Amino acid sequence: MKKSIIALLITTMVAAAALAGCGKGDTDKKSEGVMTYSEYVQASLDTEVTIEAYVQAKQGWWENEGVGVATLYTQDKEGAYFLYNAQCTQEEYDKLAQGTKIKATGYKSEWSGEIEIADATFEIESGSYIAPAKDVTSLLGSDQIIDEQNKFVSFKDMTVEDAGNGKAFMYKYDDSGSQGDDLYFNVSVNGKSYTFTVESYLTGADTEVYKTVENLKIGDTVDMEGFLYWYEGVNPHITKVTVK
Amino acid sequence: MRKKIAIIMTFMSLASLVLTGCHGRKGMEPFVIPEEFDEAAAYNITFWAKNDTNKTQTDIYKKAIADFNKLYPNIHVDLRLYTDYGKIYNDVITNISTGTTPNVCITYPDHIATYMTGDNTVVSLDELMNDQNFGFGGDKLAYDGPTKDEIVPEFLEECEIGDDHYALPYMRSTEACYINKTLVEKLGYDVPDVLTWDYVWEVSEKAMEKDEEGNFKVNGQKVLIPFIYKSTDNMMIQMLKQKNAPYSTSEGEIGIFNDTTRDLLYTVAKHAETGAFSTFKISSYPGNFLNAGQCIFAIDSTAGATWMGSHAPLSDIHESKKVEFETAVRPVPQFDTSNISMISQGPSICIFNKEDAGEVLASWLFAQYMLTDEVQMAYSETEGYVPVTTKARNNPEYIDYLNREGEDHSSHYEVKIQAAKLLLANSENTFVTPVFNGSASLRDASGQMIEEVTKARRRKITVDDAFIDKLYGNMRSLYRLDSATAAGRDASDKELGKLPSASRNLLIILLILWITIIIYITVSKQQRLNK
Repeated sequence: MKKSIIALLITTMVAAAALAGCGKGDTDKKSEGVMTYSEYVQASLDTEVTIEAYVQAKQGWWENEGVGVATLYTQDKEGAYFLYNAQCTQEEYDKLAQGTKIKATGYKSEWSGEIEIADATFEIESGSYIAPAKDVTSLLGSDQIIDEQNKFVSFKDMTVEDAGNGKAFMYKYDDSGSQGDDLYFNVSVNGKSYTFTVESYLTGADTEVYKTVENLKIGDTVDMEGFLYWYEGVNPHITKVTVK
Repeated sequence: MRKKIAIIMTFMSLASLVLTGCHGRKGMEPFVIPEEFDEAAAYNITFWAKNDTNKTQTDIYKKAIADFNKLYPNIHVDLRLYTDYGKIYNDVITNISTGTTPNVCITYPDHIATYMTGDNTVVSLDELMNDQNFGFGGDKLAYDGPTKDEIVPEFLEECEIGDDHYALPYMRSTEACYINKTLVEKLGYDVPDVLTWDYVWEVSEKAMEKDEEGNFKVNGQKVLIPFIYKSTDNMMIQMLKQKNAPYSTSEGEIGIFNDTTRDLLYTVAKHAETGAFSTFKISSYPGNFLNAGQCIFAIDSTAGATWMGSHAPLSDIHESKKVEFETAVRPVPQFDTSNISMISQGPSICIFNKEDAGEVLASWLFAQYMLTDEVQMAYSETEGYVPVTTKARNNPEYIDYLNREGEDHSSHYEVKIQAAKLLLANSENTFVTPVFNGSASLRDASGQMIEEVTKARRRKITVDDAFIDKLYGNMRSLYRLDSATAAGRDASDKELGKLPSASRNLLIILLILWITIIIYITVSKQQRLNK
């Protein structure tokens, strides 16, 4: 009898492990009615889209007239989707760990060049995927970089420039802010300078990246990671800075 | 066992009382003006201010604080800056519940109505204004401030809630229509002195014509949104006012869900469908499109004038995207050009009550200092604001500033000065909406309805009576406008946000208390059974 029970338990565990493995192996397969990334890209603005993707980072949650909304950076193996103010309860938001798979339906929209999914609702699905950072340093300044919009990306060997105030960074884009506000800093490569941002809702004053940027010096060489956000041009939201 | 439970229960009861006491700041004693200002005492006052993401404004606040401190060395002002009125509002609400409000705060009267749900939270300013020593033009002031008569009466009146003044006007602006005159003329139209809504819709639709390659004929680009409105709440409010249609009464009776609103929404929907109209929330800042030659009529605050036009000193778009054009500045479109009507907006200053009357008086001295000519002129010149005092308006230095319109693209940027002149010429044509507890929500709902129909038509969703009926229902429910009067709502509703932590702690303790009682009774019963 004991032997039978042990055998049954082992069988159950093996089956469970196999099923769990199946889940992970299926991360690329879209459910019925869900667009591939390519279909999403081709979809017209203001049309309804349904996507499946994995949460890479959470920008924030807040209540708008009693309705919870969240802004999320999500990605699958093909591309990235930015969910702006998706309906989300605090409890759901707390469950959204990095890599969590979600299925979202909303409207493809554009705001100052940023392609996003607006007015979305979503449900959490099983599965997990964390995107590796794609090095897009060589694409800076080219027309091709827009194809990487919203993805988790990296930039290598860039030089910190004067932010415009004689320092390596400024609080708010015009230096009118204070600690806790977004940080803006200029970095250059191949003779061209770009403005990068530490978005305070995504990575606030208590995060390592925020403190690292506050300690940058003009002339530092840095590697960076972040999300390729767009505002009237490329405007990465940097989540990690390594001073070399 | 019994003893232990009794001790725990006593402790919990005491803890409940202590915690309740912490939050028991239901109301404060009314502020009474001290006879003298104690110059020996040190006062640290906090000033929560708003700037338009404009570093010059930040510098002006800092300079005003430093100059004030030279006059009153015992008053130290700690500045906290915001770029969003909504954020100030939320933080004030949170801090009312913990008794940690700022001393002086930039705000909208709509918001003050909510702050006033606690007794004497906000200081009534009437007695202070009229005080012989420390009031407007008072004998004991260390600076040359305005007299009461030197404050523009329309603006002071806006700060009245009920029968009292609860704020001082600080700066005033209105909305302006910033026009790409070059494109309007290319379409075969002139720009009249006063625009009508029909004119704006007509020109906007005309601009939607495309060539064989899909470029808009008028600008030769793939992108054009002829008409973009920044603040759709103002759009709806002004249209209703111009139509003399109901919005709300001063008692808080909601009148916005009417047939005029419905007709206006149909008109907006019609032009959203063709792509001739969009909003800031849906597309982006009107100025970004205007300066790229991708918008013809950009409606935004006069306090945003430095972002408008080919040579705007502030811009978010790359130089390579900017195009050269002539900018015209006009009042917002009208339904009746003989009866111009436009919103009055801009920051006001309120003072929060404190236990120490000297601290409140110190706050008042600082608030009043913000109305001196030097501060008024400096701040108003950062944008298309106008001073709220005739004293500053008549100051030769300010008149000289206005006369130098267009001299450069920075301090005397012509679009900015034209925007200020627009309001100076129309002060008597401005209006504000009634202020009551809930008026901020009504304002939000009025804009949201325009956003919703615009989004719907862009998404090919039918906007018909059924849609509008549902929209009205949603707005009533979401913004809690379903009662006969919003003013009568309980102060503990969503305007005050989540329960304060002390209240949450109290509820938790009560819950634990009940669980302990139940356990005690169960254990006692069990012990009796065992005997």
